[in-house]
Amino acid sequence: MKKPVETAVKALQKKFSLELHEYQGETTLIIQPEDLVKAARLLRDVYQFDMLIDETAVDYWPQETPRFHVVYQLYSTETNSLLRLRVPLNGHEPAVDSLVSVWPVANWHEREIWDMFGIRFNGHPDLRRILMPYDWQGHPLRKDYPLGYEEVQFTFNYDEIRQRKPYANQKPGRKSDV
Amino acid sequence: MSDVREVTLEELRHLVSERALSGETMLLNMGPQHPSTHGVLRLLLELDGEIVVNCIPDIGFLHTGVEKNMEAKTYQKAEVMTDRLDYLYNIGNNLVYSMAVEKLVNLDVPPRAQAIRVILTELSRIASHLIWLGTSALDLAAMSVFLYGMREREYILDIFELVSGQRMMTTYVRPGGLWRDVPVEFEDAVRNFLKIMPKRLDEYEALLTKNELFLDRTKGIGIISKEDCLAYGLSGPILRAAGMAYDLRKARPYSGYEQYDFDIPTQTDSDIYARYLVRVEEMRQSLRIIRQALDTLPFGPVRSNNYKFVPPPRSEIGTSMEALIHHFKLWTEGFSAPKEYVHAAVESPRGELGVYLEGDGGPKPLRVHYRTPTFVNLQALPLLTRGHFVADVVGIIGSIDIVLGDADR
Repeated sequence: MKKPVETAVKALQKKFSLELHEYQGETTLIIQPEDLVKAARLLRDVYQFDMLIDETAVDYWPQETPRFHVVYQLYSTETNSLLRLRVPLNGHEPAVDSLVSVWPVANWHEREIWDMFGIRFNGHPDLRRILMPYDWQGHPLRKDYPLGYEEVQFTFNYDEIRQRKPYANQKPGRKSDV
Repeated sequence: MSDVREVTLEELRHLVSERALSGETMLLNMGPQHPSTHGVLRLLLELDGEIVVNCIPDIGFLHTGVEKNMEAKTYQKAEVMTDRLDYLYNIGNNLVYSMAVEKLVNLDVPPRAQAIRVILTELSRIASHLIWLGTSALDLAAMSVFLYGMREREYILDIFELVSGQRMMTTYVRPGGLWRDVPVEFEDAVRNFLKIMPKRLDEYEALLTKNELFLDRTKGIGIISKEDCLAYGLSGPILRAAGMAYDLRKARPYSGYEQYDFDIPTQTDSDIYARYLVRVEEMRQSLRIIRQALDTLPFGPVRSNNYKFVPPPRSEIGTSMEALIHHFKLWTEGFSAPKEYVHAAVESPRGELGVYLEGDGGPKPLRVHYRTPTFVNLQALPLLTRGHFVADVVGIIGSIDIVLGDADR
């Protein structure tokens, strides 16, 4: 572990309850969702992690607690070091605080995670779908979302095949899905 | 038939200013089918006369679900999808994915393979910058540069065809090395390119660098501060044009870049013209790297001999039982990777191209995420365009160097 990362990790360990994970020289901190924004601010302001270079999520379905992990990859241009944060979330209506107020770049990353995984970000200024069409049903990167190979719908059997599709029985056009 | 829903104004209300609601400013749709949006980018512009008050980018028209598809394929087969992301930097896409896999399973890469990787990624950086140079100058009505740029790019694509049989979707870089060694003609072809290219770069510069019309359209337009660059995660030539010498090839060297001597060009004006100067100089630096890599190109194998992950050579399969078993296992089941996660990144022509890769213990990745520079850089478009003319929006989009396949994945 590089020196600047080590100091940051030690300081965070005193303040929050977190789990340390290391693999191939990469340091990961698994942190509870309620501590995330506080820890992020601390890392940015005191430990010079000035760039959020990546934010994504992972789905561990069928495991439910935790089902998702949100992954934040931080980088410090001052000390040239990387640090990763992971936040575990449960499967039922997953939500975590938004980091847009800390790093504005999180805006589109969080929209993408909402679009692809259905994880809500509290306090996000503009949580709309970004890659999928705005009236899309479901969240494609979830593991229980089927991968293609769907029956082709023609005019004469459109409704019949539609009934067999996984998201057919959801009501379309709910505001929460925008 | 299906349930098509119209988006109501209510849901977009928070994106525009109060003046738009009273009709004082105008909302104008630009794209997705517009020649200067470099693909399928849609912009919703809020205009006060001809001045941009706000710009709302809308992406996703080229979304092909690459990440979802990769989860359903083995590590080797998933690589084919990566070519299709940033279609101007295919070898780099392969490289960053291969680097992530190598890190995940702890696989070595022979030095010759690393040097060839460097040569090819630098060649494709030049090819990508040539397309950028041509198209962004074309947007500003300088037509001839595009034709010249395509001429030299064609030469680079011929080199790719020589080594891999494909002009664009090469899949030449594989986890553990390369698909095969380069043919004997490779060195001459690259040396010939190194000979002609500096003169050609001077030609482009003669057309643009002191061109009055080009300067008028680029100087002082699309300025963003260094602090905003960091907050919005901008990387690549945009960040370097804002005065920060951040280049992954120097900051976190990969594939042996630490052996080569090259400079990171920077500018401080942070406008379109500064980005132009940075990119042109980058092409010269790439030539420098290629020359050094070619001069010191070591001999030896181009693939790791760890046959648990890399298929053994064809010649061994007929004589060695073990090689046959490895070959069979690799191409039916694939190799399994540990339940771990890694991050790898390379410097793409557009900025930092990263991969987050997580294994689940089996032969297929649990999650592959591409951190693509275009996706992140596009987010700052509202910041860059505010207060400029609609005509300048076109120049600013060109200066970000967007590739929508990269943004939408």
